[in-house]
Amino acid sequence: MTTPMNKGPQDGGPGGEVPGGTGPAASGGANGATGSGAADGAAPKIAVSDSQTAAARRGPAGPGRFMGGQGAEKSMDFKGSGKRLLNLLRPERAAIVGVLGLGVLSIGCAVVGPKVLGNATDLIFAGVVGRQAPAGETKAQVLDGLRANGQGGVADMLNSVDFTPGQGMDFGAIGTVLLWVLAIYVASAVFGIVQGRIAANAIQRTVFRMRESVDAKLSRLPLSYFDKQPRGEVLSRVTNDIDNIAQSMQQTTGQVVNSTLTVVGVLAMMFWISPLLALIALISVPASIVVATKVGKRAQPQFVSQWKTTGQLNGHIEEMYTGHALVKVFGRQKESAETFREHNEALYASSFRAQFISGIIQPAMMLIGNLNYVLVAVVGGLRVASGALSIGDVQAFIQYSRQFSQPLTQVASMANLVQSGVASAERVFELLDAPEQSAEPVRPERPAELRGRVAFEDVAFRYDPEKPLIEDLSLKVEPGHTVAIVGPTGAGKTTLVNLLMRFYEVSSGTITLDGVDIAAMTREELRAGIGMVLQDTWLFGGTIAENIAYGADGGATREQIVEAAKAAHVDRFVRTLPDGYDTVIDDEGTGVSAGEKQLITIARAFLAEPSILVLDEATSSVDTRTEVLIQRAMARLRSGRTSFVIAHRLSTIRDADVILVMENGSIVEQGSHDDLIAVGGAYARLYKAQFAEAVAEVD
Amino acid sequence: MRIPLSSMRVLPVLIRLLRAHLKPYSRPISLLVLLQLVSTIAALYLPTLNADIIDDGVVKGDTGYILQIGAVMIAVTLVQAACSIGAVYYGARTAMAVGRDIRASVFDRVQSFSARELGQFGAPSLITRTTNDVQQVQMLVLMGFNLMVAAPIMCFGGVLMALNQDVPLSALLLVVVPLLGTVVVLLVRRLRPQFRSMQTKIDTVNRVLREQITGIRVIRAFVKDGHEQERFAGANQELTDVSLRVGKLMAFMFPSVMFVVNLSSVAVMWFGAHRIDSGGMQIGALTAFLSYLMQILMSVMMATFMFMMVPRAEVCAERIEEVLGTESSVVPPADPVTELLRRGNLELRNVEFRYPGAEAPVLRGIDILARPGETTAVIGSTGSGKSTLLGLVPRLIDATGGEVLLDGVDVRRLAPELIAETVGLVPQKPYLFSGTVAGNLRYGRPDATDEELWHALEVAQAKEFVEKFPEGLDAPIAQGGGNVSGGQRQRLAIARALVRKPGVYLFDDSFSALDYATDAKLRKALARETAEATVLIVAQRVSTIRDADRIIVLDEGAVVGVGTHQELMADNPTYREIVLSQLTEQEAA
Repeated sequence: MTTPMNKGPQDGGPGGEVPGGTGPAASGGANGATGSGAADGAAPKIAVSDSQTAAARRGPAGPGRFMGGQGAEKSMDFKGSGKRLLNLLRPERAAIVGVLGLGVLSIGCAVVGPKVLGNATDLIFAGVVGRQAPAGETKAQVLDGLRANGQGGVADMLNSVDFTPGQGMDFGAIGTVLLWVLAIYVASAVFGIVQGRIAANAIQRTVFRMRESVDAKLSRLPLSYFDKQPRGEVLSRVTNDIDNIAQSMQQTTGQVVNSTLTVVGVLAMMFWISPLLALIALISVPASIVVATKVGKRAQPQFVSQWKTTGQLNGHIEEMYTGHALVKVFGRQKESAETFREHNEALYASSFRAQFISGIIQPAMMLIGNLNYVLVAVVGGLRVASGALSIGDVQAFIQYSRQFSQPLTQVASMANLVQSGVASAERVFELLDAPEQSAEPVRPERPAELRGRVAFEDVAFRYDPEKPLIEDLSLKVEPGHTVAIVGPTGAGKTTLVNLLMRFYEVSSGTITLDGVDIAAMTREELRAGIGMVLQDTWLFGGTIAENIAYGADGGATREQIVEAAKAAHVDRFVRTLPDGYDTVIDDEGTGVSAGEKQLITIARAFLAEPSILVLDEATSSVDTRTEVLIQRAMARLRSGRTSFVIAHRLSTIRDADVILVMENGSIVEQGSHDDLIAVGGAYARLYKAQFAEAVAEVD
Repeated sequence: MRIPLSSMRVLPVLIRLLRAHLKPYSRPISLLVLLQLVSTIAALYLPTLNADIIDDGVVKGDTGYILQIGAVMIAVTLVQAACSIGAVYYGARTAMAVGRDIRASVFDRVQSFSARELGQFGAPSLITRTTNDVQQVQMLVLMGFNLMVAAPIMCFGGVLMALNQDVPLSALLLVVVPLLGTVVVLLVRRLRPQFRSMQTKIDTVNRVLREQITGIRVIRAFVKDGHEQERFAGANQELTDVSLRVGKLMAFMFPSVMFVVNLSSVAVMWFGAHRIDSGGMQIGALTAFLSYLMQILMSVMMATFMFMMVPRAEVCAERIEEVLGTESSVVPPADPVTELLRRGNLELRNVEFRYPGAEAPVLRGIDILARPGETTAVIGSTGSGKSTLLGLVPRLIDATGGEVLLDGVDVRRLAPELIAETVGLVPQKPYLFSGTVAGNLRYGRPDATDEELWHALEVAQAKEFVEKFPEGLDAPIAQGGGNVSGGQRQRLAIARALVRKPGVYLFDDSFSALDYATDAKLRKALARETAEATVLIVAQRVSTIRDADRIIVLDEGAVVGVGTHQELMADNPTYREIVLSQLTEQEAA
């Protein structure tokens, strides 16, 4: 899983497909239908969601989806990251020791069970033989009699049977053995349950801690971290990757232990019963591997083709849905349906081949297993006939040989899970290791009274140490003034705001708020006094009312919310929605236009009542008339408050007390609208470009 | 906007969906069942043969017989493998075909949707439903074919074989099978809601995280970090709690199920010993019986575990059915009018549009008459309903009141092809399809010549930049038009509509991304091109529309003024406000 972005609206579930969740790996459970330890039914993953979209819909998150984890991402430093992942479990040391100890006990019991049960079979057989033999004779006499009758073979076999002629079944002995077996199984189950509970606790605690530390980390990361890389990338780390780690841990930790122990235990028992049969059973291991890889290789290109056609189909679907109106307006439904049919048919053909070929692995494995069963039965039968082995042992051995392959495949399939889990862990560790923003001052200062006097003194800033962005910038803003900042894209307007909010720290120079260096204040203290509306609107999943109330400390009444919405001229729009203010919007804001979103964000700022107001292209998607109306409402809000307004449309900032014209990181002009027009410099040129030209063209 | 989940009951939805789509495949499915049957019988036959080896070979010391039966066993094994490969073949083929069919019906349904349904679901959600959700259901079908079909056969066959070995001992099955079934069902029943709840909690945790990242600036600016971390801590704790409940249930599940299985084998040994002692049964049969018992129990278990896979597919099926169950609010007429006097008179009569349940209508009492050779402009604020108004003409949505008439005929009575032919809409967000420039331009008229394309490009002020592409008309366009600028996208979208030469042009704020000079040039060229046509322009920029023959001022969903620029400047305060917000008093004069 490469960085799937959670782009879709959230009406379903989390992002990200868990590698190996579907496909042959999952259908591998079919094995259990004939094998014994079907316990690998493992937790089904119910990840269903719209938010898988971006990744899932292009091509289902890479080949891994279909190939049962074959596409699992390789990690850069498997050892290091794996170690660190294990280190996360360190606080659970006691639990882990418990899990291991109980695992040995539980599996030990489970493994010994069939062998002891085999003893019961032997006792039963002895009873059968004993009853047929004439009473009063000794065992040796019976055997001699058989040999004399030319039944040497039978005699050989019976030689190893501990029977007493004339005596039928010893139910007392059989009962004792069976009670022992029962006790062993009870013990195994009890140990297993306790082990599982301890493991679940330890794992969940660990995952909880990991999520907690990631969330805490997010709030300590500087904004530059989020600005430097695509959001989807960060998102994918904190959601998909952590989910993946949690899944891998849940599914592997207990089972790796148990499966390994089972393999070792079963193997030991098999060799104990009969080294010859054990060797025969072991032949099936390389045979299985060869078949699996051979078929896998065949299936690979089919999966690639399935993945490709899926991508094509999904691409078409995406286009047709996004351009839905166009398809309709141009009357192209028929063509669109035809293309869809072609892609859909191609996907059907390739996925059928892929599923069929990979599906063959299952019966092929079963074939090997059954051939092995036949071999064991025949060779075992011959050995029993020759007296080298008891019937009970053969029965036990057959049970073991069936238990043997199950955990082995499990461990193998877990290798994929572990690998993808470690790769995810690595990406999460990268995030956890990212440098954090500077610490808060030990003894923070605060202005005696917040009046809103802002001063920049010789401020310099660069995002990239090589490229100066802002140099020697000085600026004084009186309380209650409105400062407009204009200039071409990249001039550093938003940077100025970022520095004031301490989203970024100045490289040199100082910014003061009412005489106090903002670097000496806590960020919280500083920001609490500043209200901000950004061009890039953000709404969270919730009702419109909740979104507007977000800025108000301690919530807001419905009246206040409606009032703020009215001031932001969004009240009427909200009322055209199906549930009015209680209409639930998601963080993608589906169904709400960019302009409407901006209005909702402005309403939010109205409610917050800050001392300093920062508007960064806050009305860029709003029509001009509404903008002017909002400006008027804002003028009321702004009265007595210092405000910074960044605007692209110059019409909206004509009334500002000071207009700063920025170019290449420095202020090139400063003054009122009329002053600057009179000067005929950069501002006048900008202004002309927007208005005079338009008028001239129209006339 | 989120769609309220319908109150449909959950499992039946999945069943309903599958039943409808499995029906056409009854033939391959019966073949599949047949193959599974043979394969299962073969698999079940093996322990019987093994019993023969013991009873007639081992006990009698007949090694020849042992080898002979061994050979039979190998033959049976091969038959079994062949049949199950056949079953896999039909299973894969049918499951994939079912997936294909469901996908096609979802796609067709979405194609029939109006803008309203599309907006309700949201395109991204519909895309996931058509791709990922169908995929999940398809995988369930595949697994169902592999497991669910085999399990009952295996179970039934196992019972038969067990009876064949020894009838009285088979009475044990009456106890053991229900016991296991009860244990598994009880556990699964407790697990399923937990699984669902776990999924919801994961969603919540991820949503909170996502919001923290996308809203980081706002959260920090409003000093809401603490609030957000609390929100997260709560969600995380809830997730951990439910995961732990699931983990503990799972920890209980496997040991207890295995215990029931083991307990059964002990019981078989005990009662079997008595049967053998009384001479009712041979010792080999005991071993065989044990094998059958295991097979029966495993199949019961597999079938039940399979149900744990179901919740995921259930949710998907629900979401698919939600799409399939949604009727388009725009229904093509049963008896369509297929011909118009192509003059292009467009009239809106007392039109209203309102979302169901909304307090206020988006549009109300709209009367507009647009005639060929005239340009009618609509201007209004954000959220005043301008785009909705344009969407009514090509029936992207239908009015909830009043009527929209093309040459006197209600658009709801017109054949969809006829509307498409007559009306050309350039949407607000110009969307280009992946392919080439030419491919996009010909979207409306595949038989347009290169000359016609160049002409349209010239009018749309796009000729210059298209000429600069090394491949010219064949220049590649990425999905959505991502590889050209917003302004270029708009001009290409305009050219695309021009190639079509419709009688009625609808421009939805189509000039917003252009600079003022290009905007002016384009409109000048456009005026010549569309001299005969009816033009309806929606715009925010006054300069774009001030020369229109008629300007309609829209405010809060209603028409508040109609007239020319001069007339409206004189007597319409709303219009004046709009104009003055963009130009100074003297500029506007």
